[in-house]
Amino acid sequence: MNDNRSLIIQIAIVVVGLIYLVHLFSIQVLDDTYKVAAENNAVQRLTEYPSRGLISDRNGELIVVNDPMYDLMVVPKEVEAIDTLRLISLLGISQEDFTQKMEAAIKFSWVKPSVFYKQLSVTDYARIQDALVDFKGFYVIARTVRSYPEAIAANALGYIGEINKSRLERDTTGYYKQGDYIGISGLESYYEEFLRGKRGVKYRLVNVRGIEKGAFKDGEYDTLPIPGEDITTTIDLKLQQYGEKLMEGKVGSIVAIEPQTGEILSIISAPDYDPNLLTGRDYSANFNVLQNDSLVPLFNRPIMATYPPGSMFKSIQALIALQEKVLYANEQVFCEGNLIGDHAPPGYYDVRKAIMLSSNNYFVKVFRRVINQNVDPNTFIDSRIGLEKWRDYISRFGLGAPLDIDIPNGKGGFVPTLAYYDRYYGENRWKFSTIMSLSIGQGELLVTPIQMANFAAIIANKGYYYTPHLVKDIGKGEIPISSKYTTKNYTGIDSVHYEVVIEAMADVVKSGTGQYRAKLKDIEVCGKTSTVQNPHGEDHSGFIAFAPRENPQIAIAVYVENAGQGARAAAAIASLMIEKYLKGQTDRPWIEDYVLKGYFGD
Amino acid sequence: MRRQDNIVNDVDWITILLYGILVILGWLNIYAAVYDEQSVKSIFDLSQNSGKQLLFIGGSILIIITVLVIDFKFYDTFAYVIYGVVIGLLVFVLLFGHEVAGSKSWFQIGGFRLQPSEIAKFASALALSKYLSTVNVRLDRFFHQAVALGILLLPVGLIILQGDTGTSMVFAAMVLAMYREGFPGIYLVLGLVIAVLFVLTLLVPQTYLIIGLVVLAALIILFNKKSVRNITLVIGSLVIVLAFVRSVDFVITDVFKPHQQNRIKALINPNSDPLGYGWNVTQSKIAIGSGGFLGKGFLEGTQTKFDFVPEQSTDFIFCTIGEEHGWIGSLLLIGLFVTLMLRITMIAERQKSKFARVYAYCIASIFFFHFLVNIGMTIGLFPVVGIPLPFFSYGGSSLWSFTIMLFILIKLDAHRKQVLVRL
Repeated sequence: MNDNRSLIIQIAIVVVGLIYLVHLFSIQVLDDTYKVAAENNAVQRLTEYPSRGLISDRNGELIVVNDPMYDLMVVPKEVEAIDTLRLISLLGISQEDFTQKMEAAIKFSWVKPSVFYKQLSVTDYARIQDALVDFKGFYVIARTVRSYPEAIAANALGYIGEINKSRLERDTTGYYKQGDYIGISGLESYYEEFLRGKRGVKYRLVNVRGIEKGAFKDGEYDTLPIPGEDITTTIDLKLQQYGEKLMEGKVGSIVAIEPQTGEILSIISAPDYDPNLLTGRDYSANFNVLQNDSLVPLFNRPIMATYPPGSMFKSIQALIALQEKVLYANEQVFCEGNLIGDHAPPGYYDVRKAIMLSSNNYFVKVFRRVINQNVDPNTFIDSRIGLEKWRDYISRFGLGAPLDIDIPNGKGGFVPTLAYYDRYYGENRWKFSTIMSLSIGQGELLVTPIQMANFAAIIANKGYYYTPHLVKDIGKGEIPISSKYTTKNYTGIDSVHYEVVIEAMADVVKSGTGQYRAKLKDIEVCGKTSTVQNPHGEDHSGFIAFAPRENPQIAIAVYVENAGQGARAAAAIASLMIEKYLKGQTDRPWIEDYVLKGYFGD
Repeated sequence: MRRQDNIVNDVDWITILLYGILVILGWLNIYAAVYDEQSVKSIFDLSQNSGKQLLFIGGSILIIITVLVIDFKFYDTFAYVIYGVVIGLLVFVLLFGHEVAGSKSWFQIGGFRLQPSEIAKFASALALSKYLSTVNVRLDRFFHQAVALGILLLPVGLIILQGDTGTSMVFAAMVLAMYREGFPGIYLVLGLVIAVLFVLTLLVPQTYLIIGLVVLAALIILFNKKSVRNITLVIGSLVIVLAFVRSVDFVITDVFKPHQQNRIKALINPNSDPLGYGWNVTQSKIAIGSGGFLGKGFLEGTQTKFDFVPEQSTDFIFCTIGEEHGWIGSLLLIGLFVTLMLRITMIAERQKSKFARVYAYCIASIFFFHFLVNIGMTIGLFPVVGIPLPFFSYGGSSLWSFTIMLFILIKLDAHRKQVLVRL
């Protein structure tokens, strides 16, 4: 019996050994989940964020930079017996906040670090830095936020923010991850893929406390972050600042373009906001304030606000009529002044005089010649043919569709189509007299300020334009800017006709509606006023101009909402901008005072 | 008749070789368990566990010499005295001991700590062997069974009072030695049944378990001779079993300490809360499982040395082997232990004195229990019971205790031919 029992004991020992070996074989050799779990444990994937590209003005002055800030991280497992009250008072959060953040961190991982408190500023960090050693399990990592030393051009530059869910779902490249920052509007959005750079990744071995214990496989899988490309904008910092100062307390836009390149020198949307408001941890709070502001500072007026062009449109009408040869530059047209209300007196007009005095009746006549060329005896059909031809010219001026500028969400304004009138009045139920108000830039017509600035550039160039753009250079010349910004767009109107219009626009400033506020001593400015009829209130003041007349350096459009005559607010602002840009300073303090005072009534 | 043979010729060199291999491997593993690439310290560095373990190994050599030099009859003759002294120490430590991690089982003398419960293992083995080898003591008699169990239960009680349940359970293993000597097998079966029922109670909802047991009882009655005696026996057993099942729940919630409850719960479902009480088991399995077939290589383990596995130098030392040496390493280690234990049973069976044989089986049982429970807990087959893996877990008390145990056996075995007269 005893031999038997000894055998049983020996068998038991061997059987246990075998069971263990079989079980070990299954978890060590057959089952891969433990290997994965082990890597998850000990191999930490550290994302190394590249610094976002810096943005400077056309002269290399930095206008968007990166500021250091700190994310407070927590490893829940490490947290022990901390003075919660002290921590929440240091961070200025509530007890509920603390509990909530802690629970979120625990839910994410017990042993891995998660963000406890985002974006501590340098000063906040300095304040709590010493105290932090008392809170086991908490530490900070450095990141950066955007900062704007000059606080200009907020709407054009745009802002960055944490990527939202829908944007994340639309991202087909798979680059973005929750919590990443992405350009949301303006240049930040348009040039996102250049500015963002490329994330680097480091695989590190960490112990249970998340403390680094060396590189994983000697860094074989690590990649370095590639910093974002710096961008040089076309913006002239000084001019932009000056324009923003002039527009203080007003609602409207200024767009200034260098005609020979299409580079936007200034793009001002008023009212504006300090771009520094949309960085750092107050982003959400400030964003809500800005969004609920009744003056909609987040609305990028130069590219999004649409107005009827008003009298500045008369120059286009003249150009089309001249090109169509239904009008000759010196032809004297008698205007009785009975077709439409007019400030210009009845009498004989040629192109030059009509533009200078902004005759409404003259341009009604001119527009009729363009529309009704008697191609068809039926006046309804003839008007259709004429309008289509006219629209074709108009579209070549970059109107009726958004200009392909490098800020997203630009509007195209509106140029009525045949279909539009057919729908509105019925087919063959409309003719020239129905659409007459188009002749003076009113009626259904809508344009954006940037389209009008571009129009000024077209006249300055005598017939062509480069699509306006805000970026001069990406990555120190290594990345070419899009060819669409280096291609001339022709209007199909001969340059001789522009000479006529330029002559007239010079007269506007010399002795016409612009003579009081737009004239400069040594510089010949060509301009045209617009007093835009506004059914909702006081007329809008508009002005386009370029200067100098020979070899123009700047083309500009100014709109000031509810400021009355174009010859007042807009003309004054445009001339100050031209003066500032061409001379570096202004020496007409009375005009400057007039603008800054902001009262443009009689 | 008596030969004065040289002890060197008579000791069992196979056992000593196995011992040597295990101790050296253990030492290397202790170095690997806390190895830090960023501050590499020598394996001999006395600030490291490995350096201290080397001191303990040195101490073991002194102990071995002492054990082998003492006359072999000393252990037989003074068995009860040694037992008595150790029981005294257990009482003493309970009164004046030093508390470590909730267990009041340590003497602190200067910077040196000693755990009397470790010595109690071989002392109890000696006393049990002495008692069972006494003429006229028969294990089929209730009184003798009771005394034998009493010898084991006295230290068990004292050690439980110290708060060290893990160590106390080791003594139960010696029932295996009693079994070899004729202790009725039914007791072992009953013990197993209780253990199985206990686990089932925790695993299966009580209602299902009760229904299952009733059905089982009905089936037993149905397929057996339907005598009144049998039916009464089955129904009686059923009532006892049901009462047991009902009371387990009470015991779990009201008698066990929270850390013990957690260990049992973690055994049953370590994934239920892998970061809470299941942490040890989960991490231990991850470490071992990530080793693969060949392992990550010596000093290349990440889970153990980066502290994901708790107590990686002591109770969870097996994780280092599993992770760094893979299944091959596990095979080697389990192979070595199984060989050692089988060798001990072989030694036991060749003894001419009953005292030595019982003692050998006690030693085998103790090794077996440590092996079973320690490795079992690291791979998630046993609850986490804080007992060391012989020769591998860091610690002087444990190493010395196993060394003394094993070398007393080697000493007794070396003189087995001299006790012919006593048969």
